[in-house]
Amino acid sequence: MKVILEHLTKRYPSRDKNGKDVIAVNDFNFEIPDGKLIGLLGPSGCGKSTTLNLISGLESPTEGKIWFGEDDVTDLPPEHRGVGLVFQSYALYPHMTVRQNIMFPLQNLKGKDKLSKEAMNQKAEEAARLVQIERLMERKPREMSGGQQQRVAIARALVKMPRILLLDEPLSNLDARLRLQTREEIRRIQKNTGITTVFVTHDQEEAMSISDEIVVMESGILQQIGNPQHVYDEPVNLFVAKFLGTPAINVFEGEVKGGRLFIGGQDVLAVSGVEDQPVSVGIRPEGFILSEDGPFRTKLVQVEVMGRDTSVVSEHPDCVSGLIRSIISAENRVEAKDGNVAFELKPAKVHIFRKDSGVRIPYPEQERHV
Amino acid sequence: MRKLRPWLYLLPAIAFLGVFMVYPLIDVMIYSMEEGYNSASQTYFGVGLYNFRYVLRDPYFIQALKNTFILVIITVPLSTGIGLLIAVALNSIQKLKDLFQTIFFLPYVTNTLAVGLVFMILFKKTAYSDGLINVLIQTFGGTGVDFIDGPYWAKMFVLCFYTVWVVLPFKILILTSALASVNEDYYKAAKIDGTSRWRIFWKITLPMISPMIFYLIITGFIGAFKAYSDAVALFGTDLNAAGMNTIVGYVYDMLYGNGGGYPSYASAAALILFAIVMTITCINLLISEKTNV
Repeated sequence: MKVILEHLTKRYPSRDKNGKDVIAVNDFNFEIPDGKLIGLLGPSGCGKSTTLNLISGLESPTEGKIWFGEDDVTDLPPEHRGVGLVFQSYALYPHMTVRQNIMFPLQNLKGKDKLSKEAMNQKAEEAARLVQIERLMERKPREMSGGQQQRVAIARALVKMPRILLLDEPLSNLDARLRLQTREEIRRIQKNTGITTVFVTHDQEEAMSISDEIVVMESGILQQIGNPQHVYDEPVNLFVAKFLGTPAINVFEGEVKGGRLFIGGQDVLAVSGVEDQPVSVGIRPEGFILSEDGPFRTKLVQVEVMGRDTSVVSEHPDCVSGLIRSIISAENRVEAKDGNVAFELKPAKVHIFRKDSGVRIPYPEQERHV
Repeated sequence: MRKLRPWLYLLPAIAFLGVFMVYPLIDVMIYSMEEGYNSASQTYFGVGLYNFRYVLRDPYFIQALKNTFILVIITVPLSTGIGLLIAVALNSIQKLKDLFQTIFFLPYVTNTLAVGLVFMILFKKTAYSDGLINVLIQTFGGTGVDFIDGPYWAKMFVLCFYTVWVVLPFKILILTSALASVNEDYYKAAKIDGTSRWRIFWKITLPMISPMIFYLIITGFIGAFKAYSDAVALFGTDLNAAGMNTIVGYVYDMLYGNGGGYPSYASAAALILFAIVMTITCINLLISEKTNV
């Protein structure tokens, strides 16, 4: 089932008098393709959870429409939308066993949808098998680990075979190792069921690793939507560039003059066709190549060898994102001259952004190297 | 020295508990076993269970026992049920919630005797008026009843009504906060699954707040078994004459009423009450443990 959001807007009345309304979601237009896993990504307070609640029907939009395939579900209450929602807190009923928890949605069915006890049990067991907890059916939630509880929550959301599965920060309550495992699990379950799935996260790594597409949001405004690699390689603006990638992109004050990019007076790169103007320059950590007579010289702070890679930490007065982190292959030896280290830059990894709006300015040298 | 230190920290609490709780309790037990104790000469004839036998055969004590049991059995479930109903209603309204909460809490901070006075105006027949409730009954074509000096059931009705009214605010307060502490996500999850309101209440809300309900039932039982001031506020101090005495009232009468001076009987009655309350509380705890999460 594909989901279409059309001019979706959610405004909350302001808490203080005479204040402006708070716009949690501002004029969203996008389509979630059928059977895909979509990550809604953004810093906290960006409106991603509100978007999820709007899709689920727990909140209704101020303006705009939501379509599930051909159905306009904007005014439908949540129970008639056919969605499954997994909460950040899991919201498992503590007084019920796993089986009772998973069967709970089925027991609500009325009229012609009503199921026999055997059918309910069978469906619950199917859902449990899908998330591999069939052996824990008689346990109470508190007798299980966080990861197991998470699976029960997913099973409960899946038992009615929803048209859309929604996950609100599904991994944030798990420890690092479990998080890795569970996100693959979510990917597997989604692939097996083929249910269109939307999940919310503030962790870009999490979103990039399992999503078919990511939607990057900031303060209620959709920034960019697309395949994770594409969004990473071609961010539309400085915010998206900064939000994606670890270590984060290095940002510098720079200037374009006569088709050349200057950082702190050093001519570092050819950017033909770009008008002369001051710009913000973003260089991905992997965009640096150690080179003795490279054009970009920075002051070396330290070298961190991390097995496969070496991280070179350096300083530059025009760097606005703190220390410069560059990652190079560990085979290279870092040699400093007078405490300085010189780099050549990979154009594909160097983005330039308008000073005022932060919008990325593409330049031809970049395309050739992708 | 190291081993003594914890005891040193505990000493003030232990000393106070010992003087004001343990010693009196032991003393009551001793009194209850001393036959024919004379408080003036501080002498007694012998030791035995005579005091218990006397108390259990005293028609006044039997009456008090009956009154107390009726009071407990009627008011505890009733007040908890009504309290839950009002708490749920309070929890679901949006406007003026605080105002209503305050109104429902008012009886809690009102003096028992002042409330008793109001109830007198409502229920008592005097030379000038039949009482407000009787006036109401008569306007609807019924015959008035003397609720304060009349038949037993009428007096019991007033006592139960009064008790429920007095204990209600505390229960509402506890239950509203219990309801408010249930994680909102449970309700959202239930809503997504299309759960009916009735089912949400029985399957989610009630189990979630059941520890608080059990707490209220247990303290309700204990409180109702210790009822005394309510009866005095309504029927005056001569409760035996009114036939509305309670166990605690009986204990008080044995100590001070009509000259009093029977600490042995009072102690025996108090210990009987203690045994009853203890038994019921244990049963309650057993039930709550079985049904608990």
